Amino acid sequence: MANEWITELRVLIDDGRLLTSPADCYSYSFDGSFGSYLPEAVVQAQSTEEVSNVLKLANQRNIPVYPRGQGTSMSGGPLPVKGGIVLDVSQWNERLDIYPEDMVAVVSPGVITSDIHEKANEHELMYPPDPSSSHVSTIAGNLAENSGGPRGLKYGVTKDYVIGLEVVTPEGNIIRTGGRTIKNVTGYDLTKLIIGSEGMLGVITEATLKLIPKPASVRTLMVTFDTLVEAGGAISELLTSNIFPSKMELMDQASLQAVEQYSAAGLPTDVEALILIELDGHPLALEEEIQQTVTLCRQLGARDISVPEKPEEAKKLWEARKQVSPAIVQWKPTKVAEDITVPRSKIPDMCERLIDIRKRYQLHLVVFGHAGDGNLHPNIICDKRDHEEMQRVEQAVEEIFQSAVQLGGTLSGEHGIGTMKSPFMEMELGQTGIDMMKRIKQAWDPKDILNPGKMFPEPGQKLVLRDD
Amino acid sequence: MTDLNELQEKINYPKTFDCVQCGYCLPACPTYETMQTETHSPRGRINLVKMLGEGKIGVEDIQEPIEKCLGCRACETACPSNVEYGQILEGAKQVIEEQKKQGKVKQQVEKALFNHMFPSRKWMDAAGHLTWLYQKSGLQTLAQLTDLTKIAPLQLGTFEKVLPKAASPTERKATPSFLPAKGKRLARVGFMSGCIMDSLFHSTNQRTIELLSIAGAEVVLPKNQTCCGALHAHSGKREAARQLAQRNIQAFEEAEVDYVVNNAGGCGAMLAEYDHLFEGEPSWDARAKVFVEKSIDVSALLHQLNYLEFTREIDEVVTYQPSCHMLHVQKVLQEPVELLSKIPGLEYREMNKKDRCCGSAGIYNVVHYEDSMSILNNKMANMKQTQAAAVITTNPGCLLQMKLGIQRAGLQDKVRVVHLVDLLMEAAPQPGKTPLN
Ligand SMILES: Cc1cc2nc3c(=O)[nH]c(=O)nc-3n(C[C@H](O)[C@H](O)[C@H](O)COP(=O)(O)OP(=O)(O)OC[C@H]3O[C@@H](n4cnc5c(N)ncnc54)[C@H](O)[C@@H]3O)c2cc1C
Ligand code: SF4
Ligand code: SF4
Repeated sequence: MANEWITELRVLIDDGRLLTSPADCYSYSFDGSFGSYLPEAVVQAQSTEEVSNVLKLANQRNIPVYPRGQGTSMSGGPLPVKGGIVLDVSQWNERLDIYPEDMVAVVSPGVITSDIHEKANEHELMYPPDPSSSHVSTIAGNLAENSGGPRGLKYGVTKDYVIGLEVVTPEGNIIRTGGRTIKNVTGYDLTKLIIGSEGMLGVITEATLKLIPKPASVRTLMVTFDTLVEAGGAISELLTSNIFPSKMELMDQASLQAVEQYSAAGLPTDVEALILIELDGHPLALEEEIQQTVTLCRQLGARDISVPEKPEEAKKLWEARKQVSPAIVQWKPTKVAEDITVPRSKIPDMCERLIDIRKRYQLHLVVFGHAGDGNLHPNIICDKRDHEEMQRVEQAVEEIFQSAVQLGGTLSGEHGIGTMKSPFMEMELGQTGIDMMKRIKQAWDPKDILNPGKMFPEPGQKLVLRDD
Repeated sequence: MTDLNELQEKINYPKTFDCVQCGYCLPACPTYETMQTETHSPRGRINLVKMLGEGKIGVEDIQEPIEKCLGCRACETACPSNVEYGQILEGAKQVIEEQKKQGKVKQQVEKALFNHMFPSRKWMDAAGHLTWLYQKSGLQTLAQLTDLTKIAPLQLGTFEKVLPKAASPTERKATPSFLPAKGKRLARVGFMSGCIMDSLFHSTNQRTIELLSIAGAEVVLPKNQTCCGALHAHSGKREAARQLAQRNIQAFEEAEVDYVVNNAGGCGAMLAEYDHLFEGEPSWDARAKVFVEKSIDVSALLHQLNYLEFTREIDEVVTYQPSCHMLHVQKVLQEPVELLSKIPGLEYREMNKKDRCCGSAGIYNVVHYEDSMSILNNKMANMKQTQAAAVITTNPGCLLQMKLGIQRAGLQDKVRVVHLVDLLMEAAPQPGKTPLN
């Protein structure tokens, strides 16, 4: 009886933070990806003890529990595919403490990523990971997906900045991993295991993050190209030329048009590709690097190069970049967003393949992304009510993955596997690879309570983007 | 099935597909901040409307989340996918309203108006003119609009304190119907007097007309104009709103003006979207579009005419609380601030999160008092930080709400709340010597 465990939950959770009405349940049935699954209850957790109690009950009663941040996942991470409880941590943000002397931040799971940026900045420090969704997403979501962002190019991704965690295990026990030191080799590195585990191995209840000094100076360059492949080639070249940009982002013509329509940031819309580059460091060194970059871009066939003088102008360009992903649905309502990543030398090849796939399947395929680290975001803009088209989309997606893996790349650079990419796991990892991962999951979560139905494909599971 | 199709049409179901559920609107939404559930967020509400369209939930399920929406439309500004939330919201409200009509609520509310409103002296004053409002606007519906059963008498007391004295019908009658431009004649404008503005803020209206004439406008007040219909539209009474819109379009067409000027952000937003009411009615749609083109907030027009000079210093620190509908619908952003910067002596201090709703939202503060006060508390925290001695607003609802906030914070002796027009008039404006155009 479903009602029975909900009654038991009521004992554990305050009234206002246990939601069961249809309106509430439907409001936690989706994320930033595809599909909608109805939970039976939503718990808005506020303490480690609560999480532990909920998981213990769930184990006793065999109820699936789905951790959720702000539901911006692009891979179905928080979707309650098997019903049960959505464990919402987004309102749990009481702690955001910066310790300048240790250069660390200690944060509650629901803290918004950009709030960490701001607070660190007040101390002349930087928390580098910067997913485009950072003004919305929670740190717990970032940790669970091991999110990246433009700065990944120079500074790495979320996992490179986590030194300690408090975690509630799937069975409801509380553990601490790592600590407050930069070095730590005591035992297996469970911190890294939890990061990127997509909420399947434990619920993160607190994190200690590493901060670094803020760069003295930052400059932006905007470079346009006549073709996407040329732009891809330029990215590969620039990266081997002794310049080390902090960001290097690619936008194709369709992305540019979409963003301009939303915000008129002053991006050109008559070019096939644009690269936004950010360089940071000492102002004097920076001056020289900018000159070098400009010269190099010229040699690589750039059409136009501009270097905004004022920080506000540069900020506007980066703001525009953040809007690309949601803005590109101007033509059709459905967006199938991928984030394959290839070795940097293969960026031009991948661009070529994407253009070929776009032609053959006659789809509205838009390309942008953190190209500097080989992480491209091919997005297919379609209409999920059009079954014939969606069938072509499914085939195209499969081919995109195949191309990436063939070029030595991966299915996902930062968005995670969730429900959206699980059918393709074997393509990249092979059977044994998946099996070793499954064994870890089984050891940690013998009853398959935490976020079941994710990452590992069910036998015969295929990508289906069509509603019944 | 046909029932569902009909429902889908009413609630603008296809528009819900424009939402990609990215969540970019969450940080912009005041009710998400205070109520802390996805159910009370823009993304959540859009999804609920979609679920209703698919028959997965019923009208009763969406009622509370939809009614708790301020309709401030900050989510639209934040949305990179151009989701037309305002239209989704109004569709949902219409459906809720239709379902309510089948219940008894309607009669009860009317009764409540008389039981709760009239015992109070000041409300009586205001309400005395409601009879006039009634006639002017066809606002018999005001009673239903406010859903007054929910108003506790206690709260009425709270509002009483901040309510200005209403103008008497004689005072109102004294308003001229035409005022020539004081200096150069740069434009012919029609003034939309608005019903709340014209009763409770009658003197601000008078000053608006005068200010316009100093600024180079010849001002006409078409007699046949009526209520803008905003309260109707926002509470799901689309047909009533449509009829009011027709009368206004006609009245201002006859006046042959270059601009239709208003001084209330909420009305202005309604006027700016009259064309939405006439989809599928080509002849009215075209007339509405012309009207929309001409419709403009007074601050935007003053800024455009660029003909005012201020001759008196005002030695005061002020901050500005934009009206949501002026900001997110009419997209009037900088003009009021730029006008303020022209007043000699004045110091403008920007309020943190100024573009966040104050919680007034039409009649939201009356109907959902507690929720509105949580939102107001957040606003006041930011207001206090500015240490301003005056809060400038551009909409009657915001003005009353900010007054209430100041009262609740015990700051009534230190901080005043002023309509932008009134402040500009304090600075002794003169026709300029060098008009730009
Ligand atoms: C427009 C847009 C742009 C984006 N840009 C980027 C980008 O540039 N880079 C990038 O990497 N990603 C990006 N994303 C993806 C997404 O924002 C990130 O994956 C983000 O980390 C998700 O955070 P969230 O708070 O929304 O978490 P959710 O989506 O709610 O959850 C994500 C995962 O975290 C798990 N989880 C949540 N809380 C906990 C917890 N306390 N303990 C354990 N597991 C938990 C969930 O179960 C789920 O598997 C983007 C998304 C959108 C919509
Ligand atoms: S309304 Fe716009 S901003 Fe909000 S979730 Fe939908 S698409 Fe994103
Ligand atoms: S209109 Fe305002 S209150 Fe309503 S959903 Fe949008 S932002 Fe939130």
